[in-house]
Amino acid sequence: MPVDSPVVPVALTVNGKPERLEVDPRTTLLDALRDRLHLSGTKKGCGLGQCGACTVLVDGRRVVSCLTLAVMNDGASVTTIEGLGTPDALHPMQAAFVACDAFQCGYCTPGQILSAVALIDEGHAGSDEEIREHMSGNLCRCGAYANIVEAIRTVAGQEG
Amino acid sequence: MIPGPFHYHRPTSVAEAVALLAAHGDDARPLAGGHSLIPMMKLRMAVPDHLVDLAAIPDLKGICEDGDRIVIGATTTQREVIGSDLLAARLPILAETARQIADPQIRTKGTFGGNVANGDPGNDMPALMQCLDAVYRLAGPDGSRTVPARDYYQGAYFTALEPGELLTAVEIPVPPAGHGYAYEKLKRKVGDYATAAAAVVLTLDGGTVATASIALTNVASTPLHAAAASALVIGTGLDAATLKAAADAAKAITDPATDGRGTAEYRREMAGVMVARALAKAMRRAKGA
Repeated sequence: MPVDSPVVPVALTVNGKPERLEVDPRTTLLDALRDRLHLSGTKKGCGLGQCGACTVLVDGRRVVSCLTLAVMNDGASVTTIEGLGTPDALHPMQAAFVACDAFQCGYCTPGQILSAVALIDEGHAGSDEEIREHMSGNLCRCGAYANIVEAIRTVAGQEG
Repeated sequence: MIPGPFHYHRPTSVAEAVALLAAHGDDARPLAGGHSLIPMMKLRMAVPDHLVDLAAIPDLKGICEDGDRIVIGATTTQREVIGSDLLAARLPILAETARQIADPQIRTKGTFGGNVANGDPGNDMPALMQCLDAVYRLAGPDGSRTVPARDYYQGAYFTALEPGELLTAVEIPVPPAGHGYAYEKLKRKVGDYATAAAAVVLTLDGGTVATASIALTNVASTPLHAAAASALVIGTGLDAATLKAAADAAKAITDPATDGRGTAEYRREMAGVMVARALAKAMRRAKGA
């Protein structure tokens, strides 16, 4: 029998700022970020974990925020595209995406950038082949893949 | 796409989790990474009234050595399997297989226990566990029991797990040092389920195969332990005729569905190709080449 979902409390640290929410337990981390905290930089693509548009960092690791419930992440620290850089002081990966023309429509771009930052942190930027393999969770329907790889290679070279 | 309503539980012990699962029976589901269950709930193919989140149970997480076995806790993530030094040294086929599951984001949250427990025939770890003759530890309201991976899968999404039971860990016998291994997976793109895949572990005595175990992914409603094909290669040097005979014996037990990945005939044929490739690669590795 269907049941009513009683609301549950969730505490998150989002881009360094503590947030306390009362959510329906069905709320995904993605919907909590977009609809409750009004951080709409994280995009909803497929909603089924196949496209990577909703990628964010949870405790420093990349996850698809559409397939994890907000309540499952109670106490976690979340980084979204809004927490990475600012329009006046872009994160190096954001600047590289601009410089390399690594997007067209831009819808997948926040997820691509978060995934790319995690990829370098994981040490998977050793070659173009390795970058492609470890960016495989982020689809780009405009087909900007070649320039995305170039942007990541550029940042990895600067840091390496 | 929003799941149906449910009560969320976050027990802190296996006993508490099992009590919740037993109290609610078929209306409750355990929740680990959620990367199989949450999509099913969004599509309303699963509508549990109670979700029992296992994340706050420390006993369910981790990889350790227990005599001649390695024990992997159910909520250990695929990312942790890939990063484990112990597994890299003793059971490298686990990371080789985990790296072929989905994509990096999914592997951050997706768990080893969820992959083996839920009975999805597309999952990669079940056939590997059959290949390695692993044993699943199940906890239930009446105590614990173990079920061999080779007896666990009954049909697509049907397993030996009873309502109220929880898979807590997997025990894997460690093959001898120097064993050969390979997990060969044909897929349309990175992240896809297998069109067909084969797991092989073997040992050599001189130049001939002393022991061998072969299992298959996604070419039937359950993973398949290819016992006849395994027996056939023992005592041979894996010449071309033996590889073909083993591939044929493996193909004979498959019953794939025609789907977006290809026709049943094509997928059966590819199961044979994956078996031959995995045997050859395992042989090369066992020889240290």
